[in-house]
Amino acid sequence: MRFAVLVFPGTWSDWDCVYALEDLGETAERVWHRETSLDEYDGVILPGGFSYGDHLRCGAIARFSPVMSALERFAATGKPVFGSCNGFQILCEAGLLPGILQRNASMQFRCQPQQLSVERVDSGFTNACESGQIVQLPVSHGEGQYFAPPQVLDELEDAGRVLFRYHAENPNGSLRDIAGILNPAGNVLGMMPHPERASDALLGGTDGNFIWRSIIEHWG
Amino acid sequence: MSSYPPPGDARPADVDDDVLAQIALSRDEYERACDMLGRAPSDVELGMIGALWSEHCGYKHSRPLFHHFPTEDERILTNLGEENAGAIDIGDGWVAVMKIESHNHPSAIEPYEGAATGVGGIVRDIFAMGAQPIALLDSLRFGPLEDRRNRRLCTGVVAGIGGYGNCLGIPTVGGELVVGESYSGNPLVNAMCLGIAQRGALISATAGPPGTQLMIVGADTGRDGLHGATFASVELDEASAERRPAVQVGNPFLEKSLMDACVGLVREHRDWLEGLQDCGAAGITSSTVEMAERAGAGIRIQTQHVPRRESGMTPYEVMLSESQERMIAAVKPGHVADVRAWFERWDLHAEVIGEVTSDGIARVFDGGAEVAAAPVSVMTGPPSYTPDAERDPDAVGRANWDPASLPDLDPADASDALLQLLASPNIASKRWVYRQYDHMVGTNTVVTPGSDAAVLRIRGLKQGLALCTDGPGRAVELDPYAGAARAVAEAARNVACTGARPVAVTDCLNFANPERPAIYYQLSESIRGMADACRAFRTPVVSGNASLYNESEDGPVTPTPVVGMLGIISDVTEAVRMAFQDEGDEIWLLGAGLEQDAATLGAGEYLSLLHGKEAGPITVDLEREAALVDALVEAAEAGLLKSAHDCSDGGLAVAVCESAIAGGKGAIINAEIAGRIDAALFGEAGGRAVVSIAPDLAESLAALAAEQGVQAARIGHVAGERLQVGPLNVPLAEASEAWTSALPRLLDS
Repeated sequence: MRFAVLVFPGTWSDWDCVYALEDLGETAERVWHRETSLDEYDGVILPGGFSYGDHLRCGAIARFSPVMSALERFAATGKPVFGSCNGFQILCEAGLLPGILQRNASMQFRCQPQQLSVERVDSGFTNACESGQIVQLPVSHGEGQYFAPPQVLDELEDAGRVLFRYHAENPNGSLRDIAGILNPAGNVLGMMPHPERASDALLGGTDGNFIWRSIIEHWG
Repeated sequence: MSSYPPPGDARPADVDDDVLAQIALSRDEYERACDMLGRAPSDVELGMIGALWSEHCGYKHSRPLFHHFPTEDERILTNLGEENAGAIDIGDGWVAVMKIESHNHPSAIEPYEGAATGVGGIVRDIFAMGAQPIALLDSLRFGPLEDRRNRRLCTGVVAGIGGYGNCLGIPTVGGELVVGESYSGNPLVNAMCLGIAQRGALISATAGPPGTQLMIVGADTGRDGLHGATFASVELDEASAERRPAVQVGNPFLEKSLMDACVGLVREHRDWLEGLQDCGAAGITSSTVEMAERAGAGIRIQTQHVPRRESGMTPYEVMLSESQERMIAAVKPGHVADVRAWFERWDLHAEVIGEVTSDGIARVFDGGAEVAAAPVSVMTGPPSYTPDAERDPDAVGRANWDPASLPDLDPADASDALLQLLASPNIASKRWVYRQYDHMVGTNTVVTPGSDAAVLRIRGLKQGLALCTDGPGRAVELDPYAGAARAVAEAARNVACTGARPVAVTDCLNFANPERPAIYYQLSESIRGMADACRAFRTPVVSGNASLYNESEDGPVTPTPVVGMLGIISDVTEAVRMAFQDEGDEIWLLGAGLEQDAATLGAGEYLSLLHGKEAGPITVDLEREAALVDALVEAAEAGLLKSAHDCSDGGLAVAVCESAIAGGKGAIINAEIAGRIDAALFGEAGGRAVVSIAPDLAESLAALAAEQGVQAARIGHVAGERLQVGPLNVPLAEASEAWTSALPRLLDS
């Protein structure tokens, strides 16, 4: 597959995502936020970082970047869009996913390995996982507390759109331990944890590859 | 048309003491400046000279001592002090660039911004050389955390380091946090940065030949940080809070864009540039004047061309502002438009503010008026001082005190003593700190914080880099020479425990007022001690920083030279960690036997915590230390080691315990202790490491150690869920709880 890895001013997981995908034999290209077309790509990654320094609110300025209208069109085609960390925040700000990410309940930044339960294995992002699987992916954020009104949370749960929940420890106070959610069509995933940081055994884990492999299996 | 010299009305006697105090220039220094100029300086000149002659920029008391340091070997590509950071050849066409720097005074006044801008400054030093920063470390000292004010400083500093570093996407991979009475009100915040670049791709901080255009890039200039360099060069007192305007405010997002743009520019278009320099202490003044000095040239700066964020700024303020996130690029005349367009991609503006001249004069203009015109050689020619040095008699007395005069530890109290030590902030887990730092971004952190040293891979290379910082202040206070040598030895040992060979040092010299003989003795002897140790380990000093005048109303800080060590590991996939791995593995002590003399308790955590004594003799055996380092590296390269951990703070019992906690495996140390129990368990003799090894390889380890002349003793094995060391016997879970909960309990309250 050919992936676009979006780069906003302040993005920093762009290379990490490129390397993780390249290590699996896929093509990944960093795409500057001023680009206006994503037509030539098979998948789009919104990596972590502090786009525009988190000024105003996380992701609030990035959503106005020129590439975002192209992203909306891209998502509407049903091709995969994956946002992690700041990418998740941007997807929420852009309205491609519901809810918001608030300051961690501890009021502190948290960088640590984190266990997650995989809630569904029939999605395009988790088909390589086993039912009931617990994966370990690092989190690294100061504003990852997922919040949405109760009826939105109910809707997400009823529709099976909560794809990952924090397991054993909730690092940020997210409501209902939500770590990652899907859009209604199931082709847009946002999550706070970083699969690209768990894609190399040398760095202590490869659980992130379950997500990449699932995407490649489903859309490749 | 400019003229030199410009009219200077003031005669030496006409300058108020207040004016001189504001720029921390003594009357003698002022007169020296007048003599060198042949007239009185103008206001702007005086401000520039004051900043450049400050201790912070001019190294008046420390530079005369730097000749002690070994600075060269075949790997080292820079001359000490000549560039923004030191460069080391790491093989296969790659170089590492590193430096450590203090931001103590700003952090004392405004902990979040002080620490944050400390990170920003050191990162700019690295990318000013064209290197990509890939790792940060932070060496921190605070007063006792039971005190609310110290807690505020600690939590603020940690948040500031995280707030800035996390936003940059540079992992903070290691460092230290040490607590001591003397740091109350005068915390030490030292930030170290490591970058990498391809060999031949580095750029110098020179101004280039006459005609070169000087462009300022990045943030607009405001009044923040005025006199910051001066502020860093005086003691803190009650009025220091009024110096808050001297503390800069950081914008890490701007720094991230600036970093990406500068690293990219040097990588892609180095031919457009003559040099690159960051605007650190003393702002545009120091950056442009020092660039001119390196080029043997002059400069002319037009202050009205400097983009500002405030109106009504005087030329004096523009020249001395320490607004953050600014760089000076020396651009070849034909490429000004190219450079401007390059930075535009990141929404950064680059403006020409001056040019390089041939007359050796630093000229500053405010529109048509020439407000400064002084030779570069005067501005960069501060006096240097070699004050009287005299060892503090109190320190001598304490160093001569014999710990053997204390009764030995009752075996029944050994377990409790361990639990107390584990809960001391100096030994306890630092997870509370490092989980607030992104230590994984960049996906190169092979060994994460909490180990002896961090290990980083470089994508595409077999070899990896190991990094740590060490600064055992208590030992330095008692015996500056031996204590500072220990700092180097401990850092070398930490790096070697991962299997890396130590190759280079960067140092941050944190001392009090050097004008006092006792302090100057500490400074000069520490430098001698570090220098001798660096020779023993063949680790030249490639860069560093001196932070003097670290005093508050409560007195001077403990002398704290901090050593940042770089090691190279030949195969990064074989990095050794501190965690015990498998039941039944043998535990060996390398470098010494189990029995220890009471003297090894000197300056140790055990004495301090359980006896309230910071005293005792400090010794260091550099030959033995170097042999241990060689043995560790060779054993790691031979694939013998399952784990290795430096035996230092809290002694053998703590070292074994930390390896056990990290691995979630208990240990039984059953070798008999015939002598003093306290010294065997908690003595801090140097030159030791605790390793674990598969039983069938133990003989190979013994043979290797014997060949290196390193003592090696089998002291026990990995087993069960308890920790047994002689009379000490605690459940691992209890030890782990004491060790992990101490900092959160102190700091989350």
